Amino acid sequence: MANLNINIGDLQLKNPVMTASGTFGYGTEYSDFMDISRIGGIIVKGTTLRERQGNPYPRLAETPSGMLNAVGLQNKGVDYFVNNIYPTIKDVDTNVIVNVSGSEVSDYVATAEKLNGLDKIPAIELNISCPNVKEGGMAFGTSCVSAVQVVGAVRKVYKKTLIVKLSPNVTDITEIARAVEAEGADSVSLINTLLGMAIDAKRRKPVLSTITGGLSGPAVKPVALRMVWQVAKAVKVPVIGLGGIMTATDAIEFMLAGASAIQIGTANFIDPAVCVKVIEGIESYLNDNNFSSVKDIIGALEV
Amino acid sequence: MKKFILDLIVKENVRVNKQYVLLILTADEALPPMLPGQFVEVKVENSPNTFLRRPISINYVDYKKNELWLLVQIVGDGTLKMSELKENDSVNLILPLGNTFTLPEKKDSKILLVGGGVGTAPLLYLGAYLKENGYPCSFLLGGRSKDNLLQLCDFESIGEVLATTEDGSFGEKGFVTQHSVLNKIKFDAIYTCGPTPMMKAVAEYAKRTNTFCEVSLENTMACGIGACLCCVTDTTEGHVCVCTEGPVFNIEKLKW
Repeated sequence: MANLNINIGDLQLKNPVMTASGTFGYGTEYSDFMDISRIGGIIVKGTTLRERQGNPYPRLAETPSGMLNAVGLQNKGVDYFVNNIYPTIKDVDTNVIVNVSGSEVSDYVATAEKLNGLDKIPAIELNISCPNVKEGGMAFGTSCVSAVQVVGAVRKVYKKTLIVKLSPNVTDITEIARAVEAEGADSVSLINTLLGMAIDAKRRKPVLSTITGGLSGPAVKPVALRMVWQVAKAVKVPVIGLGGIMTATDAIEFMLAGASAIQIGTANFIDPAVCVKVIEGIESYLNDNNFSSVKDIIGALEV
Repeated sequence: MKKFILDLIVKENVRVNKQYVLLILTADEALPPMLPGQFVEVKVENSPNTFLRRPISINYVDYKKNELWLLVQIVGDGTLKMSELKENDSVNLILPLGNTFTLPEKKDSKILLVGGGVGTAPLLYLGAYLKENGYPCSFLLGGRSKDNLLQLCDFESIGEVLATTEDGSFGEKGFVTQHSVLNKIKFDAIYTCGPTPMMKAVAEYAKRTNTFCEVSLENTMACGIGACLCCVTDTTEGHVCVCTEGPVFNIEKLKW
């Protein structure tokens, strides 16, 4: 049996499959459908310093092979997470990782500090790439200067594994990846959603309340694969790949392109038990192809 | 309630009219418990433009025959594909999802179920459930014309059916909120599902007459289990997911 263990910084994953923030709630939403402790890492909903109501309805537009969302980081704030949600998920026997977002550098820092004290949260994922909030979010992730500011400031206060989630809505994603690596990021995850738009021709109105939103699902997979491949060559830290992964084969493609781990996002909406199927599929692939460890396929693309 | 991902089998696909089909689904194993107001998420196969599951409310559950009924309105590619399902086809569903209606305390309460269009679908199961639990109820169904009033015989087998049609072809002419019964009887509870303007008008009537009222909302959804936060509605407690906090809401909670 192939070994599925992967390390991301100090973070030890029992397998390379993680859930993408904003698609998996706090994990417990899925526990009727599978044993969620089998997942390598559960990245929970984006958390901000203060409660956010998010954007008005409608927040969703279906597209061929994907969907646009404009949720806008609805969450009850980090204190609510610490006091009310953390106690309900801390005993899940896998890595629970919190995605952190903010409007100002000081928000990110304060949120990260509060999470640093939680024993059972071994890592955070810094979201500098949300396309659905006016202030902050993606603005931090689209210039090297601001990305460096926020990652540098958080690195000073956050002692555990720091993953930085990158935006694809940039000219050269490798520049941003290198910049955040230099500030001490332990890993980069990519891609967040691609900025898109949907129009209702009949009503001559935008479908989303925010007009534009973030595209996810199989439609973005080729773009994500390309960016993971580019970034994996540009940085030394482990890369976490995501974007339209629906099957184990998709996940393996990302690892061949250079990802050390992968995240499953939108696919959770179609098949709430998809994560365990992907884990099993990766294991079968490794066994069928005589790989002793999943590490053997990272960046194993033959070009 | 525990949720399941199940492959059910199409026992019958009944063409109701040009716009609607009734899918009668069954399974080899006993169907899990489902409550009125709850819904299922249907996976649509072989429809290239249909990426997400389709949330469909539970129309009726016949535990003796092990049947789940889904009344499907054909509105786009996904529901069109569903309408083409054939006997013995397999359909993948997530169920049961969402909450249920709040039943009155007193069994002799005067209960009215108000529905329009495909919104009448959950009211059939609610009516049957009320009857089974010893609550008599009346239905007030609205449509453009008689052809738009669905499953009339099924409703009539459960309780009194009142109706309005815009063209006067059945029942009283006008909208449901113009029906004479609303001026004659003071109801203890009203449950409603249908087009938003209709539900808002019913809610307005209920508020005016100080009547307990619950509405069943139908927002666009992705996951159906409270993970994606796409289907929110604005309430006195802020944005909440229709799929988990609803689809049934007390009108006092909604910011309409």
